[in-house]
Formats: sequence, C-alpha cells, structure tokens
Amino acid sequence: MAGKTLYDKLWDDHLVAENDDGSALIYIDRQLLHEVTSPQAFEGLRLAGRKPRRLEANLATPDHNVPTTDRSNGIADPVSRIQVQTLGDNCDSFGVTEFKMDDIRQGIVHIVGPEQGYTLPGLTMVCGDSHTATHGAFGAMAFGVGTSEVEHVLATQCLRQKKMKNMLVRVEGKLGTGVTAKDVVLAVIGEIGTAGGNGHAIEFAGSAIESLSMEGRMTVCNMAIEAGARVGLVAVDDKTIEYVKGRPFAPKGEQWEMAVEAWKDLHSDADAQFDRVVELKAEDIVPQVTWGTSPEMVKPVSGNIPNPEKESNPVKKEGIERALQYMDLKADMPITSIPLDKVFIGSCTNARIEDLREAAAVAKGRKVSPSIKQAMVVPGSGLVKQQAEAEGLHTIFTEAGFEWREPGCSMCLAMNADRLEPGEHCASTSNRNFEGRQGQGGRTHLVSPAMAAAAAVHGHFVDVRELELDSELAKASEVN
Amino acid sequence: MEAFTQHTGLVVPLDRSNVDTDAIIPKQFLKSIKRTGFGPNLFDEWRYLDHGEPGMDNSKRPLNPDFVMNQERYQGASILLARENFGCGSSREHAPWALEDYGIKAVIAPSFADIFFNNCFKNGILPIILDHATMDTLFEQTEANEGFKLDIDLDKQTITMPNGDVISFDVEPDRKHSLYNGLDDIGITLQQEDAITAYEAERSKRAPWLFNS
Repeated sequence: MAGKTLYDKLWDDHLVAENDDGSALIYIDRQLLHEVTSPQAFEGLRLAGRKPRRLEANLATPDHNVPTTDRSNGIADPVSRIQVQTLGDNCDSFGVTEFKMDDIRQGIVHIVGPEQGYTLPGLTMVCGDSHTATHGAFGAMAFGVGTSEVEHVLATQCLRQKKMKNMLVRVEGKLGTGVTAKDVVLAVIGEIGTAGGNGHAIEFAGSAIESLSMEGRMTVCNMAIEAGARVGLVAVDDKTIEYVKGRPFAPKGEQWEMAVEAWKDLHSDADAQFDRVVELKAEDIVPQVTWGTSPEMVKPVSGNIPNPEKESNPVKKEGIERALQYMDLKADMPITSIPLDKVFIGSCTNARIEDLREAAAVAKGRKVSPSIKQAMVVPGSGLVKQQAEAEGLHTIFTEAGFEWREPGCSMCLAMNADRLEPGEHCASTSNRNFEGRQGQGGRTHLVSPAMAAAAAVHGHFVDVRELELDSELAKASEVN
Repeated sequence: MEAFTQHTGLVVPLDRSNVDTDAIIPKQFLKSIKRTGFGPNLFDEWRYLDHGEPGMDNSKRPLNPDFVMNQERYQGASILLARENFGCGSSREHAPWALEDYGIKAVIAPSFADIFFNNCFKNGILPIILDHATMDTLFEQTEANEGFKLDIDLDKQTITMPNGDVISFDVEPDRKHSLYNGLDDIGITLQQEDAITAYEAERSKRAPWLFNS
C-alpha cells in the first residue's frame, strides 16, 4: 500500500464518521472569526437556540472594516461601525475571545493566528475567509468556508466534507537574489492557472520551499486559493517548531514535548501518491507582476503584456482582450512601462515583519517618486507594527514618503476608507487583482513587497534585482 | 433552507469565465449584518453605471444597457449560464445570497470554484456542471430564442430543453438529499453528536494541548 500524503494524514486524523452517502464528518480543531462573515452565523445560532460547542476553539478579531488611520474616535462609516460592533457584541454575549480594535494583538486574522501560536501544526482550522489556506504553512489543514459553515462549526465543531485530491507543487533549487515567496506563488499560479487547483489540496515542497522562512511559507500557502485550491500545505520541519515555540497559545511544558513528538510525523511519506505533480525550477523564477484581472495573468517583470492575437483559445483570447480594456493597457507593451498611481504594502499575504523589512530594505535612503500619489504601508497586526517600530522601519518608510498605518485588511479589498479611485493603477502586495477589488474601476498589479517598494521609488515597475539594497535589512528579510 | 425539487425558469447567459465573487457582490455590500437584501446589488459594478453604496435607492440608479442581465428579454430570469471557474475568489456567502435574493435558482457552468459551489447548496441554489459542448449549445439556444426556458428536475437529475431534448447531470448524493429536502445541515450533524463526543474524548488524549480551557 502506498504511503500517505500530509493531507491524507490530516484527513484521517480528523475523521469523526464516514457516512453511507460518501460524505465524511470532519472535526475542526479551531476557528478564526472576523466581522464580515460571522454576524449571520451568530444570528443563526441565536435563532435556533444553539450555543458554541467549544468556546476555546474560537478566536475573533475585526480586520476587514477597521480604519488604518487614527482610531481614537472609532469608525467614521456607520455601516462599518455597526459590523465591527456586532462582532464585539456577539463575542461578548457568547463568550468568544476577541482582540478588539484597541487591543495591540488585533490584526488580520491570518496574521494574528500564527503570531499568537493559535495556529499549530496538525490542526484543522477554518475561517469565513478564503485566505485561511495561509495556516497550511504549519502543516495544518486550513480552509475558507462560507457563513453557513462558520455557524456549523460554532454549533458542532465539525463539517461535512468530501475528501479532496492531492496535488504536489515541487519547487527545487535556489531562489535568486531578490526573488521572494510571493514571486514563487505567482509563478505557480501562472503555471497552473486560477482553476488549476480546484478540487485539490496543494502541498508545496522541494528545496526552494524548505529554504523559505515560516513567513514566506505563509505567503505561498495564502495564495493557494488563487490557484483554486482551498488548502495549501507545507510539511512540518524544525523551522515550524521553532516558530511556534513560546507563543502565547502554543502548548507548554510536558504538553509541548508531546506535541512536538506528534508533529514530527506531519509530512508526506516518501512513497505517497499524488493525483497531480507540478514541478518548477527555482532558478527559472524571477520577480513577477500581474498585468490583468486574474492572478494567473502574470508575467516576469522583464516581460511584455500578452497579445490576444497570439492566443488560439477563443475564451482565453476574449479574457485577455477584456482585461486589457479594463486595465487600459496595450498588447506587447513592457511591464516596466505600466503607469502607476498608488502603492499598497500590506494584506494577509504580505504584512508580516519580514515583508516590512523586505520593503524597507528597498525604501531605505530613497524617496517615493513624485509621480506616485500615495504609497502606504499597513502592518498585519498591532504586534507587527510594534515590532517594526522597535526596529525603526516606520522611520525608514515615513522618511521615504510612505504612509505608516494602523493594522487591518485595508486596501487589499477596500472595505474601509483605503481604496483606489477609478482608473488608478496600484502596485500591491495583496492577493487579488479582480476588477474593482481595490476600489471600483481600480487597477491592481500584484507584486512582492520588495517589488512594490521599488515601484514606489521609481514610479514604475523595475526589476528589484537590479537595485542596491540595504544589506542588513535585506538579510533580515531573507531577500537573499 | 428552501428545498429545490423541480424548477422551470427563464435562462440568462453570462458569457464570461472566471467570474469572481467580488464581481458577484462587491465588498461594500458585505458590511450588512443580514442574510437578505443583496439581490439589487448582484453584479453591481457591471449592472449599474454609477458607483453603488449600501443604502442607495437602486431603482433610481442608471443601468448599464450593455450588461446582459439588464436586457428586457432576460428580466425575471432564474437560471444563470456561465463559463469556467464561476464563483472564484473570496469565500463570501453573500455571493449565493445575492443570487438567491435576485431570484436565481440554478447556475449552469462547465466548472465552479470549490467554496462557491459548496455555498450554493447551503442556500437552495443548484449549481450544475456540464461539458463545454453542451454549454455552447445552451448559450447558442438561449441567445437565439427569446424567452428560452429550461426545466430542471433534481430528482431525475435532468434538464429538459424546450424542444424536448434532455440533458443529464451529476450531483453528489448527500448534497442532493439535503437540497431536495431543504434540510438543516447542523441538525443532521447533531444527530451524530455521540460520534463527535467520542472523537473529542479520544483526541483530547492524543492532543491534550488543544483542550486546555
């Protein structure tokens, strides 16, 4: 019998019951909650007279709607204010732990979970947010769910699921200088497409993935959903265990020893069978920039925008034409000549401390180009912000002309006041370049933090590998 | 949840691939704490010429005449045709809530994004996967024949065309059962509470660090 994949092991480990109809009941160890996808779930519980089955299995924080400017006067937008207040009221009345807006631990759920050690290897974890795949970087089966399933998990601690197929994405070799985890995952999406991982759990493996820091692995797993996969995974190794150790919710004492022992098995067996294997060479990956309205519309920074006339598939051809029209770009033009208006460094993909160091290594001693209307840095959590300030990164950013903001999802999806105006192009470290994602009519280009900072100082995309970086910061951020 | 047994309805063709949930219901409408009322803002950025915000009187907003769902012949449509990877992107259940509130009962496409597909079944919407050739036929027939309707029978797993041609489709038995009977999923799971309790007892021995309160 063939060995098991990491996903197989996690699945088997959480199997409560297998039903005759082919579905399975899967146990969910932990859930993260935020203000956008939870109110209707709490309301559902209330209407049915139900209570959360295990309070300690839930952790909440507001992130999508929170302002990133001064919060001392609360939230100006009354609709956003009500939603954040509703999360607070629900958590208070049901007894769920919440890091409220004025708590230093508040931040983007997918940054807060790992930072607090709430995310652990071997878990099943859900959140009403598709970027829950982030937590798979710890060898956890983590996936986004809708509000009905948020309620289902609150009430039962379980979900009815179908097992997904196994996909292996192997990236072997050494990443070049200035090539980051973001470039790796964008290159993967460019290779397999936004629907390439539909129905699959993707395990990322190979020497290039192993060499990434935990934060880099989180960036990669975060965007598994942009390749269509609800679940992204990386095997547990010493880095994983070292990262978790000592965090507030991590096991302690004897339980820590026991946990570490259990976590050592969280990797695919050598003879495990995958339904699909995709291989990339690390040396082939260069800094990536998306040019269109889907994350698969991505090119190397040195490349040109595609020409729809050269596309033989009519659906794809029409997609390219539509994207070029929306983005107001011309076929064959160089990526480096795309006009830019704004720069956003933040989001659950790229707002951890290493991301900020990576951007700061570029920004240090430079100035944001006068042609850029706004460049903002939004840390992923209050603790990331605190750490960055302790390292003086905020000074580097503000001296260069970036705005230094309070933590939240911010302009990744523009539910708060941070947004693009119609027609504006933005170099963004977020995860989606869909039409209107960062504001109606806005035009998003997804890049790494280093590439975003470099675009800010030059006013257009440049190959970050050609810039001289602050060596200390570059080393700290693993921009190798 | 409303049961889906059989439905006959007008078909509207949305001839695009990778329609994402940001397009289905833009983020500003996600600030609502209710499950209902999203219908007027379904496909808001494509449907209207101005910028939509919560609380606007949508009946007074300028419609985009080029958007297919605004055409007179498709008013009252309840079956949506789309292309590959419909519903990709965010997990927001507001997307099926908006479709349902608009009056869509079924979406037919060659493929769906996983989370959206799952969310549909929780909200009485039947997502149907058909092969590309059949999809092409349905798009052609819908566009060529004003008032084109389809008859969908979940029990028989068939779609009947106006000319009597029948298309079969697959649906997983457990999803079919829940949707057909309009069942409360949580209620079904709670019937297995003994198994959940037994699992927790066993898991708390294997992984006690997850059970510290």
